[in-house]
Amino acid sequence: MTLIDNWRYSLQALVRHRLRTGFVLTAVAIGVTSVLVLTSLGEGARRFIELEFSALGNEIMVVLPGRKQTTGGSIPLYGNSPRDLTIEDALAMQKVSTIKAVAPIIAGTSLISYQGKSREVITLGSTTELFSVRKLQLSQGRVFTIGTSTVAKPVCVLGATIKAELFGNKNPIGQWVRFSGQRFRVVGILEERGESMGLDMRQMAIIPIAAAQNLFNSPALFRILLELKQSGSEAYTEAKLRQIIKKRHEGEDDITILTQRAMMNAFDNILNVVTVSIGAIAAISLIVAGFLIMNVSFISVSQRKQEIGLLKALGATGAEVRNIFLTEALIVVGLGVLIGLALGYTLTLVAVVLWPFIPLAIPWWATAASIAVAFGVGLLFSWLPASAAAKQDPVLALRGN
Amino acid sequence: MNPGLICLKKISKTYLVGEQPLPVLKSVSLAINKGDYLSIMGPSGSGKSTLLNMIGMLDRPDSGEYWLNQKPTSSLEEEKRARLRRDHIGFIFQNSHLIPRLSATENAELPLILAKVGFKNRRNKIAKIFSRLGLSERENHLPKQLSGGQMQRVAIARAMVLEPDILLADEPTGNLDQTAGLEVMELLEELNRSGITLIVVTHDHQIGNRAARKLTMVDGEIVQDKPGHDLDR
Repeated sequence: MTLIDNWRYSLQALVRHRLRTGFVLTAVAIGVTSVLVLTSLGEGARRFIELEFSALGNEIMVVLPGRKQTTGGSIPLYGNSPRDLTIEDALAMQKVSTIKAVAPIIAGTSLISYQGKSREVITLGSTTELFSVRKLQLSQGRVFTIGTSTVAKPVCVLGATIKAELFGNKNPIGQWVRFSGQRFRVVGILEERGESMGLDMRQMAIIPIAAAQNLFNSPALFRILLELKQSGSEAYTEAKLRQIIKKRHEGEDDITILTQRAMMNAFDNILNVVTVSIGAIAAISLIVAGFLIMNVSFISVSQRKQEIGLLKALGATGAEVRNIFLTEALIVVGLGVLIGLALGYTLTLVAVVLWPFIPLAIPWWATAASIAVAFGVGLLFSWLPASAAAKQDPVLALRGN
Repeated sequence: MNPGLICLKKISKTYLVGEQPLPVLKSVSLAINKGDYLSIMGPSGSGKSTLLNMIGMLDRPDSGEYWLNQKPTSSLEEEKRARLRRDHIGFIFQNSHLIPRLSATENAELPLILAKVGFKNRRNKIAKIFSRLGLSERENHLPKQLSGGQMQRVAIARAMVLEPDILLADEPTGNLDQTAGLEVMELLEELNRSGITLIVVTHDHQIGNRAARKLTMVDGEIVQDKPGHDLDR
């Protein structure tokens, strides 16, 4: 049999057995699509976590009061401090040459109320730098431009959830709210953004640091955020910071310094678990898809034993029979893979448009693996029954067993 | 020496029916010359179809030797036997064994495709044979659109396109009414007269007695080998 006749014969068989071809095509397409969609979910989760971190900024250091070992566990949110960090410490840090911006933070909870509505809210007292260091965007209004001055200007920026709860759809800008009794004017609303570093920014209120000192009646800093001019200078900066604190804290560098890198390491465990999960999801869906393709291919070829017997009786060699069925499998699986890829990528794209906050993405290796499995399994399980039937004496195949 | 075109020596074949071994051919020996017209008759289960399948190399004997054209075939591997089938043997089955999705022409040209004959040559050849067999108006019909006689004639066309030395027919008239059956037999005999060795398996004496040489099988053995003239006709 010539190559052209081989393809013509195989194509004809596919076109004229529409139902059977449709089944195999669907099995392959669904198999490939499910692998792509499932792995894109896992990969989306992984990227979500990674993005949360990179949103923090690449050259961020966090200084916590008190000495605490970071052993790669969770991030110490509150250090035990024998000696408080103060605004003056933060101002001293600003003199280190590698530091671009310093954002000291005082934190506490207060009762925020507006026209009879009230709720508890975590209140951060900080400077204008906080917004740039934490990359906080506003959806409404403006940030307050107040540094570390001692003037306690009564203005505040609210998280999106707080705004929604207190004001609903009303324009909050310029309104007066009360923080534990003290009046503050709302100047801005934070853009909706998820949690980062264990702090849900939607549930926060930010006020000038001097105002926070008054509100909580304490100069102790919760932490200091530092932004470096460039990455790679963490070690130098850390040494400098410790020198400064040692000088200011009577010979004790009783602070804990977290670098972005250290925090990333703490989350590596999570990322590893997620990555392993994606692998498992991919493996399971590949196996399921493989079985699906295997069964449909096997059955569809087994149904044609009589045809194989006849071809053999007419003088077709086993190799010619195998070629015919491999060609058929190649065409069907090829088409099925194309459809599956198109479907999988389209679904993922649609999902990305519908839910932009989940960064769904199909990993390239999932695409490669699904294609490989589809072709491997599809061809193998067309080849096996065809080859088995072709090896028999034709009488057996002619009888259809 | 192994005279003739076909030479079977002590061919035996046993099938397993459930647990029970069932000897279908018991040491059958047979020589057939080129151009012979043979009928094999006998009750069902007597082994006549199995004998035909042995001659056509569709089946493999448990023991014994089969020489085709003075060459031993029993030890050949399946691929070589396939080639021999293609080049020397044409089959006609009781139920035609046409591929349902292929048209009459496409079914008949299968052996030509396997023999790597080009498309145009194939179609010319089939057209000639079809007009000889009265199938010209049916060339694009699917098997399900053909009558039993027409299907069998397509099968005959398929068996003769490669001009084989041997034509093997297993109950070729089994599914046909008498008129269609006779037409098919006359066609086969015409091919025989042009030099093709014809072997017909049938349980129908009227058909069987038309042959020049009549074998009768009972229980896996040839019990009668009547050469000579069709006196019973």
